Amino acid sequence: MFRSFCGIQNLDSKGGARAFHLDQRLQILTMDKSEKTDVVLLACGSFNPITNMHLRLFELARDFMNGTGKYRVIKGIISPVGDAYKKKGLIPAHHRIIMAELATKNSNWVEVDTWESLQKEWVETAKVLRHHQEKLEASNCDHQQNSPVLERSGRKRKWTEQRQNSSQKKSLEATPKGVPKVKLLCGADLLESFGVPNLWKSEDITQIVADYGLICITRAGSDAQKFIYESDVLWKHQSNIYLVNEWITNDISSTKIRRALRRGQSIRYLVPDLVQEYIEKHNLYSSESEDRNAGIVLAPLQRNTAEAKP
Amino acid sequence: MKSQIPVVLLACGSFNPITNMHLRLFEVARDHLHQTGIYQVIQGIISPVSDHYRKKDLVASHHRVAMARLALQTSDWIRVDPWESEQAQWMETVKVLRHHHQELLRSSPPMEAQNAGKAPTAPAAVPELKLLCGADILKTFHTPNLWKDVHIREIVEKFGLVCVSRAGHDPKEYILDLPILRQYQHNIYLAQEPVQNEISATYIRRALSQGQSVKYLLPDAVIAYIKHHRLYTMDSSWKDRSSQRSKGNTS
Repeated sequence: MFRSFCGIQNLDSKGGARAFHLDQRLQILTMDKSEKTDVVLLACGSFNPITNMHLRLFELARDFMNGTGKYRVIKGIISPVGDAYKKKGLIPAHHRIIMAELATKNSNWVEVDTWESLQKEWVETAKVLRHHQEKLEASNCDHQQNSPVLERSGRKRKWTEQRQNSSQKKSLEATPKGVPKVKLLCGADLLESFGVPNLWKSEDITQIVADYGLICITRAGSDAQKFIYESDVLWKHQSNIYLVNEWITNDISSTKIRRALRRGQSIRYLVPDLVQEYIEKHNLYSSESEDRNAGIVLAPLQRNTAEAKP
Repeated sequence: MKSQIPVVLLACGSFNPITNMHLRLFEVARDHLHQTGIYQVIQGIISPVSDHYRKKDLVASHHRVAMARLALQTSDWIRVDPWESEQAQWMETVKVLRHHHQELLRSSPPMEAQNAGKAPTAPAAVPELKLLCGADILKTFHTPNLWKDVHIREIVEKFGLVCVSRAGHDPKEYILDLPILRQYQHNIYLAQEPVQNEISATYIRRALSQGQSVKYLLPDAVIAYIKHHRLYTMDSSWKDRSSQRSKGNTS
């Protein structure tokens, strides 16, 4: 039975919801901190431009993952795609990066990473995940090497031991919990794009769900559930796919933002103020910008069909 | 060039708390009126309802006013007006409209004094005051005894409505089904919000009471205020409910 937590809000009676949540809180509090897996949420996409909806994905995912009691979300990464993606209407990466940075200025846990956008060629999402996972592993090694006192504390202490050894609490918290795990954060549209011919390599899809994991924010859980059901590889790794229900219909797509801008309509309160000001100041989106890459084949389609040819 | 009619948009409601969706109503309405070519929206007013409205979970009006003020810090055309919230009893919407209309008349510059002795130039038009609301309010006009008929008439005849449609509500239907609205449909402007963004304050309150994030649904400054004053916590909502039960109030 794959995980499709519908959120605490879904329970029938308010009393029921509250009681359930209290139980869960108790469980989380009593759980040994080192038993939780640290998670980093990675969101790939055009971010053309970034919107409040993108930012909400992170908040919803974090609340959800932390709420399971098994995970602790420590970081969110926004990784805008490189210009070599050749999507229609995609404006230069440096603008998209700056807007994402402005948007996350007031966030203490979500940041922007430029590695993907700086690559000359388009990079498959699985490779971006791998890059960030390897980066976390490398810095975790460094951390361990620099703190010799932690070397011996690899084993997990028993519950009772911890409670009695309050004086050792400090070193316990410094115990490495294992390497944080990177998981792909996305909307249902990305999940369903797995079905678009030649857009994804099948081995990449397998790698993403088997080795990393997917957190998918969906409006109507049923479509995503159906999609998982109909795919053998997704079904097989369903325990690694988390569907999070978004109760507020939040349709702030970048496409609509760009359209509103072309029509001289306000985008205030749909994107962070700093992003709106930046767009206005640099006049980033117009009919001309929307025509960029017109007629050019999207990079993944180009690459996957070329490789398919004998 | 024909001069445009200045318009002021007035939104009444609980604003409990104010959200990005409330703020969007103003932006969408302004765009829509400007598109007609006839109007120039010069001001937006948010008028939080008074505590005497006795709606369930309504936090004290001074908080709701403060939060709206914080939300509007960065807006150069929308402001909050606490008049309604400061009244000793609940005010019907039409009375709030009348009050603000009076204020607009009072503050309009008298032309005669400026042009003493000369031929009078065209007087600056007094701004038209219109009620801004979601299209679901149109639906509530149909609810028996919720609005007085004479008030509905005054609102649509004397002032005018700008309704921003939400998903699932067909506003034209609500207008055509009610004779008084049908008669003044020319004074009812239907603006479409292309971006479905149903951030209900109810959802916000529930999320807050459950410790869930509401970031990016309302301005950061409002979230900070809510946290600082511990509004909408699980305890506070319990308190409201039990006190309302003991007073025998219905929501």
